[in-house]
Amino acid sequence: MDVRLTTEQRELREAAARLADDLGPGSVIDLDDADRAARLEKAVAATGWRSLRSDGASGVEVALVVEEFARGLVDVPFLGPVLADDLQARSGAAVESVALAVGGEAVDARGLSAALRLVDNRVETTGVGEPVFGIDLTRTNAAVTDPVTAVGELAADAAQRWQALALVVTTADILGAARGAHALACDYAKVRTQYGKTIGSFQAVAHLLAESLALIEGSVSILRYAAWAVDELDPAEALRAGRFAKVYTERAARTICETSIQVHGGIGNTWECLAHVFLRRALTSGALFPVSLEEIDLGLS
Amino acid sequence: MDFRDSPEEAAFRTRLQDWLAENAKNFPTSGDEYWAKAAQWHQALYSGGFFGTSWPKAYGGQELPPVYDVIVDEELARAGAPARPSLGYLVIGLGRHGSEELRQRFLPGMINGTERWCQGFSEPGAGSDLASLTTTATLEGDHYVLNGHKIWTSYSDDADWCLVLARTDPDAPRHKGISGFIVNMHQPGIEQRPLPMISGVTKEFGQVLFDGATVPADQMVGAPGEGWKLAMTVVSHEREPSTLGFTARYGKTVRNLAARLDGEPSESLRWAAVQTEMLRLHVRRRLSEQLDGLSHGPDGSLDKLLMTWVEQSVGHASLDAGGTRDAELLGTYLYSRSQSVMGGTSQIQKNIIATRIIGLQA
Ligand SMILES: Cc1cc2nc3c(=O)[nH]c(=O)nc-3n(C[C@H](O)[C@H](O)[C@H](O)COP(=O)(O)OP(=O)(O)OC[C@H]3O[C@@H](n4cnc5c(N)ncnc54)[C@H](O)[C@@H]3O)c2cc1C
Repeated sequence: MDVRLTTEQRELREAAARLADDLGPGSVIDLDDADRAARLEKAVAATGWRSLRSDGASGVEVALVVEEFARGLVDVPFLGPVLADDLQARSGAAVESVALAVGGEAVDARGLSAALRLVDNRVETTGVGEPVFGIDLTRTNAAVTDPVTAVGELAADAAQRWQALALVVTTADILGAARGAHALACDYAKVRTQYGKTIGSFQAVAHLLAESLALIEGSVSILRYAAWAVDELDPAEALRAGRFAKVYTERAARTICETSIQVHGGIGNTWECLAHVFLRRALTSGALFPVSLEEIDLGLS
Repeated sequence: MDFRDSPEEAAFRTRLQDWLAENAKNFPTSGDEYWAKAAQWHQALYSGGFFGTSWPKAYGGQELPPVYDVIVDEELARAGAPARPSLGYLVIGLGRHGSEELRQRFLPGMINGTERWCQGFSEPGAGSDLASLTTTATLEGDHYVLNGHKIWTSYSDDADWCLVLARTDPDAPRHKGISGFIVNMHQPGIEQRPLPMISGVTKEFGQVLFDGATVPADQMVGAPGEGWKLAMTVVSHEREPSTLGFTARYGKTVRNLAARLDGEPSESLRWAAVQTEMLRLHVRRRLSEQLDGLSHGPDGSLDKLLMTWVEQSVGHASLDAGGTRDAELLGTYLYSRSQSVMGGTSQIQKNIIATRIIGLQA
């Protein structure tokens, strides 16, 4: 038993973090900066990370990149294409760089014109139409359109494994967003002064931020197992690990993001503060492949 | 990265399972009955080769990687056996700050369980603010004379030895005038007063009054005035869930609660299950990180806080499952309240996390 990240995994995580820090939006205004977004798109495309799965990367590696991208609010499609890539690799469908469709929506589909979708165990390609309403300011969903074409079939095991990966990837996105919100709040608590002191020196503020950090550490631990399980345990077990990780991390992230808003005071309730952008992203990934507490079975491993 | 057992770990686990099938049934797991046989349990576990596995061979350990403790905790919980005795923080404290003579004299007995230990840090006037302690140790020839009042001293009435913090230099700044001692508990000048807990358990902790008790000067741990460093080592290691060894037991409690259920599990029980699973995996990650030789300074406070939340969520689930009608369930609930106090309160852990990890101003 040794659950440390390997050197390669740590390097991958650092590379993803650097890219996100350099080209992700550093402010709400940056979200509208088309030049920046274009440079980000070019950089992400150049990494080849959207096809991590078909290039043989494990669930752990995919989760690390997704987490760092969410932390840096990377606002070009990633989570969707990565899951579509896994679906494509599993089904042998010959399509490239497409969005992922779930039900009637292509998710995380900004700028993409085709999608892959899993219906029961059938893999289909679909068209991508007009954007639909979404609360996320960093990613856009669009309506699924014709033509819909069946391109492959997954064995039940493969479909379950893909679902486990979907839980892991959305959980990693939630965790990354929560970490971003927490870092924002910690930075603010170190500079904002009231009563002649930084607000971080007030215990009531400091303790909220300390609790958030503990929630982050717990989420890292439970997610790492689920990410490893995608490829290493049998599919039902992997799916179960994904459910536990998602339920825990989703609850944690909501608290962490709400704390970030609270620590920012009035500014935290304004559109211009990034705290709500993290919250919206975490909520969106929570609602994609949702897991409820009622689905948690009690036969603990 | 691998969450599974290596072949050596798997063999160790099998040996432990076989051993437990023979031995576990002889030892009660909770309440005063547990404490009555705690020494025998410790010795049996050690003799079987399942305790102190990560500690140096020179003192009776096996120098195995720290992850073996996870295996022990899991199998003990699975077998319904008592928990692994928790004294890693004393071993580490003495190992890091004691002279080689003291280590050779005291560590083997501490590890193999033939000598029982307690920790005399807290006082009625010095809890969170430990540096305000007022117990004094005054040098008289070749020994020190102790006067003062310790409280919440777990297991003190069964202990042979107590690691005592006392003030040796009343004129020094408060952190600098404290020294650590290994005090023999079998002597006149020491009075014990048990303190029943809210759960009704009477053996858990007590008060210890020193009135002219003595300790040889060469049983000081470290140099005069170095007691605070010793204290910091001990309390920071006391905060790691891996040291406490209780984590696997939460899962067992959740499974027991689930098994006695008629209808749908309550929300609190499901949430306890999720949190318990988190902690199981968190301990694995932390112990794996120790393979890098990371020493857990302030990070232990994160672990302690997580563990406290888990224990108290299991406590709430126990209460919801019928704690007002069932003494054992109530006991689980009431005992869980002490987790956010012992080993440094949750507020103190959050102070440490905020200032030493996040870097907020105190
Ligand atoms: C089951 C159990 C076993 C124990 N075993 C031992 C043992 O073996 N040996 C030993 O030496 N001690 C032991 N203790 C004692 C334990 O370490 C102390 O109880 C603990 O450190 C708190 O000290 P106190 O009880 O004096 O509370 P206080 O320090 O008086 O705290 C009271 C309240 O004030 C809060 N508070 C205090 N200071 C601050 C601050 N700076 N910021 C914010 N809030 C603050 C606390 O969080 C708490 O809520 C044990 C305690 C328990 C419950």
